[in-house]
Amino acid sequence: MTEFTPIASLLGGALIGLSAVLLMAWEGRIAGISGIAGRLLPPFTDDAFPSRLGFVIGLVAAPLLFMAMSGQPIPHTVSPDIALMTAAGLLVGFGSTWGNGCTSGHGVCGLSRLSVRSFVATGIFMGVAIATVFVTRHVIGG
Amino acid sequence: MKNFLVNLGIGLLFGVGLVVSGMSDPAKVLNFLDLFGTWDPSLAFVMGGAVVVAFFGYRIVLRRPAPIAGGRFHLPTRKDIDARIIAGPAIFGLGWGLSGFCPGPAITALSLGAASTYAFVPAMIVGMWAARAAIERMHVAYPD
Repeated sequence: MTEFTPIASLLGGALIGLSAVLLMAWEGRIAGISGIAGRLLPPFTDDAFPSRLGFVIGLVAAPLLFMAMSGQPIPHTVSPDIALMTAAGLLVGFGSTWGNGCTSGHGVCGLSRLSVRSFVATGIFMGVAIATVFVTRHVIGG
Repeated sequence: MKNFLVNLGIGLLFGVGLVVSGMSDPAKVLNFLDLFGTWDPSLAFVMGGAVVVAFFGYRIVLRRPAPIAGGRFHLPTRKDIDARIIAGPAIFGLGWGLSGFCPGPAITALSLGAASTYAFVPAMIVGMWAARAAIERMHVAYPD
């Protein structure tokens, strides 16, 4: 069980939305993490490498900033199964790039722009993820 | 250097949003996806909060003729439903459901010290690289 946190989740979501708006305002780009991270590797097709590097360093530094400012620990439980997590990482990386976006690019930015492709993508990855958890927890694990 | 620093701040804001919302905890994500078990609906509020702010924020920002740092707005314009927009999210959803990690929270979790994060993130980068290579080999332009 994890605690239901509607207020914190809504507030955190609003910060994510604000970040997406600021990135659009500053250099006109969609805040899609799979796109930003995937383009940190060559071939480089534009000159936005420093921007992407800065964004990713900001992501990694955020928990440290949060803990320093709030003094609170961050709940974090990850599967210790290295083989499972390696396979999942390959699927997440390949699938998000193959489908031009992940939870942020399609799920936040795309839905906000009322993009048909993002509505389709978000419905599919949510549906498949829900089905996957159902199978692993209630069919195999149950 | 200016773009690097501004993006560092914007990325920090995004990452703090992930932490505050609970998205950085794979256990919470998996419980959100577990509709028929220990369902925790919190993450619907994350997406709701983010979409409402971005929906109105984009409308204000896109009235400007150009971004503050110059250049132009890079907005996807495609509306067609091709095989990739179905297969990609299906593969991504499988990995998300197995791990509870999508790309943003996985990168953010690099500073949280869980051992399997250091297996997940390099594998994710390899997966992204392989998909890009496959797309380019198909002579399909890598999307803007």
